[in-house]
Amino acid sequence: MLKQMEGSVAVAEAVALCRPEVICAYPISPQTHIVEGLGALVKSGALEPCAFINVESEFAAMSVAIGSSATGARTYTATASQGLLFMAEAVYNASGLGLPIVMTVANRAIGAPINIWNDHSDSMSQRDSGWLQLFAESNQEALDIHIQAFKLAEELSMPVMVCMDGFILTHAYERVDIPTQEQVDGFLPPYEPRQVLDTAEPVSIGAMVGPEAFMEVRYLAHAKQTMALERIPEIAREFEASFGRAAGGLVRRYRTEDAETIVVALGSVVGTLEETIDAMREQGVKIGLLSIRSFRPFPLAAVRAALQHAERVVVLEKSFSVGLGGVVSTDVRLALSGIQLHGYTVVAGLGGRSITQASLERVLAEAVADKLEPLTFLDLDWGIVNRQLAREAAMRRSGPIAENLLRDLGTVQAKVH
Amino acid sequence: MTQPVKFYQTGTFTVGNRLLSPDERTVQASINRNNSLNSGHRACQGCGEALGARYAVDAAMRATGGQLMAANATGCLEVFSTPYPETSWQLPWLHSLFGNAAAVGTGIAAALQVKAEKAGKARSDVRVIAQGGDGGTTDIGFGCLSGMFERNDDVLYICYDNEGYMNTGVQRSSATPPAARTATTQALGDAPGAPFGQGKNLPLIAMAHEIPYVATATVADLRDLEAKVEKAMTFHGARYLHVFVPCPLGWGSAACDTIKLARLARETGIFPVFEAENGAVTEVTKIRHRVPVEAYLRPQKRFAHLFGDPGHPETVARIQAAADRNIERFGLLDEKARP
Repeated sequence: MLKQMEGSVAVAEAVALCRPEVICAYPISPQTHIVEGLGALVKSGALEPCAFINVESEFAAMSVAIGSSATGARTYTATASQGLLFMAEAVYNASGLGLPIVMTVANRAIGAPINIWNDHSDSMSQRDSGWLQLFAESNQEALDIHIQAFKLAEELSMPVMVCMDGFILTHAYERVDIPTQEQVDGFLPPYEPRQVLDTAEPVSIGAMVGPEAFMEVRYLAHAKQTMALERIPEIAREFEASFGRAAGGLVRRYRTEDAETIVVALGSVVGTLEETIDAMREQGVKIGLLSIRSFRPFPLAAVRAALQHAERVVVLEKSFSVGLGGVVSTDVRLALSGIQLHGYTVVAGLGGRSITQASLERVLAEAVADKLEPLTFLDLDWGIVNRQLAREAAMRRSGPIAENLLRDLGTVQAKVH
Repeated sequence: MTQPVKFYQTGTFTVGNRLLSPDERTVQASINRNNSLNSGHRACQGCGEALGARYAVDAAMRATGGQLMAANATGCLEVFSTPYPETSWQLPWLHSLFGNAAAVGTGIAAALQVKAEKAGKARSDVRVIAQGGDGGTTDIGFGCLSGMFERNDDVLYICYDNEGYMNTGVQRSSATPPAARTATTQALGDAPGAPFGQGKNLPLIAMAHEIPYVATATVADLRDLEAKVEKAMTFHGARYLHVFVPCPLGWGSAACDTIKLARLARETGIFPVFEAENGAVTEVTKIRHRVPVEAYLRPQKRFAHLFGDPGHPETVARIQAAADRNIERFGLLDEKARP
């Protein structure tokens, strides 16, 4: 059914249609509306039987999820930013134990400086945790990927993170098509655990493993993700057959057929990039777009196949490895190993900095002309950066950085160019 | 070495299975005991925690008819019981992390409850315990434990308190008593051993949550421990059991003195043994033969610096004062036994 609704509410409805049995959450912006929506569905009796547990921290949220998933319950939680870092130990534990928990990450920056706005630093920090990471381009896709995520997680017995841009998607009102319960039930079978705490057949889960088997256990997690490279496109096709619309998959190409320049990106910025590419195409620029929808497992072969005939690749990412540069671009380079082409990393949108079509057209035109620096920060305010560097050079007690920059800026305001 | 044997069994259950009617005999005395923590594990000789866990979990198994699951914090109990691929646990058992056993227990209980409702039952037949050492309980797991209490989740949490991080090599925890030598509170300087603080009395903190049942026990009174576990399983909601378990390795005590030290901790007033319901103390185990704290401290090498030459009599006096305060506060002495 078509509805006009907030992204978070759409995700809550999608999760509810998957018949979760235990939901646990700790509030953090911009995840809150998702769990509020689910809480209301449980409280009103619309979703039952289901336990909705208000826990005291994200660490507890993931820990409760570990306990319930190991007891055979379909389990869901959601978080963002500091919350994801606070639960990090349990995030690794859930994947190490092979528990098919589904978690939404409403992508948000990590402080300090504290910032509630969108970028991908949070989920990227857990990229090596063993969780699968699927990125949504739109609210419809976020809704659809959640339904696929439970199926994928439970088939593999591995946890899945669905990453959706905080505020940009979670708080945006868009038209979405909500499937029926019958459609979801037909697509997603009841959870049949591979391992479960059961008094009829007692098992110990979480034993200490020494050097004799630890590498093998870790390798098996990798093997599961390798299997996911095959299952993700298959599940996307099954989904399309059941629901009549495409969503998910490993990657999505846009106007890449004859493209000399291909932009690689993840998440909601893909929409802005499509329009930018359309505009540049009209000017005769042979440019296309590759949207990475599965970041873990990283689809090396699909990325290589999509990019190998281009002359240059621009990775536009909302994440930043301090001291190196791009996070996604490092993986893209690995996909292209042995292929000579111009590679550019554009770090954009950190902490919610707007990514405008005008800025994208400017930076992509520079890339097409091969005049772009290998590592570029989109719309970086060099004025306040250089003032702070000069201040630090001039005096020892130069003071707190963020506060200096805010003072230099004057009025604190949303920075839209 | 010969030890004078004292029988304290009169009016207690310390020794006397033979003196009891069959239905009052200990769980461990029964051939039908579950052996939840099976032999062959790798605990040290004289380990109080292994003893306490064996009695506690078997009692919980009997109370639930074998319908029991356990969440376990990282620590000695976890490490010595499950070196891969061996496990000593004869019940469904999940170890996740050091600081989250209570929350994992909450998750297990929530899943069981939903499954029960799906099967048309009001309440799950399967019960949940979560357990850990003092580090996993009073320090790193404190937040999750308090959350579990506050929500009144249907979990019995059992803390085996050996007063330090023994698994990592005897470092100080917030349960380490003042003056005790540990690897991070060395017997050096003017105030050797652990500093005097305000303490972190977890049974009292648990009571402040007004949960249905809180109890303390020691491995000197194993029948009492079993009875408290069985009583705990008659309640639903959050329950807390704090078991005093001497650690020969960490305390520098003889393996054969584990039970003696546990008894002395009770008889000195250092460790009050009591029960509480909904935030109020309901039962107190009285001290039978009051002894000065020195009798408890002297056999332990972790307190040896208190008794050297010149020693620290003023510190022993402070510890005595704390024990006296416990005796006063919890009414550990019968009025007639008062001097």
